[in-house]
Amino acid sequence: MEKYNIVIIGGGPAGLAAAASAYDAGERSILILERDVKLGGILNQCIHNGFGLHTFKEELTGPEYAQRYIDQVLERKIEYRLNTMVMDISPEKVVTAMNKSDGMFQIDAKSVILAMGCRERPRGALNTPGFRPAGIYSAGTAQRLVNIEGYMPGRKVVILGSGDIGLIMARRMTLEGAEVKVVAEIQPYSGGLKRNIVQCLDDYGIPLKLSHTVVDIQGKERVEGVTIAEVGPDMKPIPGTEIHYECDTLLLSVGLLPENELSKQAGVELSRVTSGPVVNESLETSVPGVFACGNVLHVHDLVDYVSEEAAAAGRNAAAFVRGELSGDTSGEIPITFEGGPRYTVPCTLDPKKMTDTLTVRFRVGAVMQDRWVNVFLDDERIVHRRRQIMAPGEMEEVVLKKSQFENHPDLKSILIKVEEA
Amino acid sequence: MEVRNLTCINCPLGCQLTVELENGEVKSVSGYTCKRGDTYARKEVTNPTRIVTSSVKITDAVSKETMVSVKTAQDIPKGKIFDVVKDIKDVTVKAPVYIGDVIKADVAGTGVDMIATRTVI
Repeated sequence: MEKYNIVIIGGGPAGLAAAASAYDAGERSILILERDVKLGGILNQCIHNGFGLHTFKEELTGPEYAQRYIDQVLERKIEYRLNTMVMDISPEKVVTAMNKSDGMFQIDAKSVILAMGCRERPRGALNTPGFRPAGIYSAGTAQRLVNIEGYMPGRKVVILGSGDIGLIMARRMTLEGAEVKVVAEIQPYSGGLKRNIVQCLDDYGIPLKLSHTVVDIQGKERVEGVTIAEVGPDMKPIPGTEIHYECDTLLLSVGLLPENELSKQAGVELSRVTSGPVVNESLETSVPGVFACGNVLHVHDLVDYVSEEAAAAGRNAAAFVRGELSGDTSGEIPITFEGGPRYTVPCTLDPKKMTDTLTVRFRVGAVMQDRWVNVFLDDERIVHRRRQIMAPGEMEEVVLKKSQFENHPDLKSILIKVEEA
Repeated sequence: MEVRNLTCINCPLGCQLTVELENGEVKSVSGYTCKRGDTYARKEVTNPTRIVTSSVKITDAVSKETMVSVKTAQDIPKGKIFDVVKDIKDVTVKAPVYIGDVIKADVAGTGVDMIATRTVI
């Protein structure tokens, strides 16, 4: 059986950054497995700009951002295999994969980094009534068709869901000559970033209807129209509020789900909130030596933060291979929260193992205005930061310093508490 | 005094900006967390601009790819966005194309070049 110290599952932004950082931490036995024909992952179809401001201090498009990291991997001569599908990861970290040239093969890995990314929630998960006509696409599929394949999915478009890809595609389809009639969002707030509402909808006069959902799709062979209606606080359509749109295309931008089939096979414990692995401060999952980063861990808004998180996973995997990351979990303290957050990544923190600074990321469950974000170590408040607005569509973070933990040798609790200001 | 509230579009942080104007002249900008926000706010209320991204056809690629992604090398006036996409509608380039190659010079008379954002060999 082939042996590698670190096997990285996925050659998108997370996998690439994890590989480069593991290399820079001194590790040389690294292999990236990627199922697509090229490295770069979803960034290859995200041709819009706005990437990289934090990492590179310049504004890049998705393909340009991906190329920076592909170049890092190539410069370091890190091995990768394309067109390679990973079928299984065992709890003993034996990775089973296949491709056309090698057939099925197994690799014995000392450490595995999960970087498989996420998938779009499909129509089947929505219970929308109607036949199954042509013309219903997930926003990401439409993005691939327009930007990579060069096909237009339709001319008159309704978009359900205000996730970022849906907003980006509203603009993209408009620029390519389509008429985007409306974006309907079932929640009373947008699922996407504010900046995308401004530059993708407002710039082009595309209406966003909050608290609205699709109640009927007309057409048997091809979509002929879509009816939306307002929903009440119970999320049920309000009779009499129906609006009909004649259209040939319905795009769905209704959420992303971390792709964790392989993680489950490896025995990794998953969070019921994020659908991603439960990880400690080292981004290590419940299976020792298996790390997770990027959208497979929790869905991010910003690739710059994926790269940062993945770099930490790469460094930690390298430390694990060197035997420097103790398997002793007795010092792990759960990170608890109240007043807004739905989850945190990481879920636990061992002060002995944390780096000089540690970023804890979370999302809130509803739009909240004028709040304090506090972090308490037992009774001591170590973070007290005012936030004008927090929304489920925008990830929040708090940065903890190792030095703040030095006064707490017998620390029992870490609490993130969001309070009205 | 006119007050305008904007959302900065430079990065996904989407800072909430407040611009105070007097007779069309910017008196103050607040709410930004980096200097791009200040610059954006001043431009947005006087001469709004955008970077335009798209993709154009490419032939003869060894990788068999049929499209290459492009962008305006700098931001262009917001009112010119549709002129720009119209001007590159029928552009076809031949592989190889490298990141940064000019795909269409002076696109739609903006004085800005349309450049490739992917390398396709």
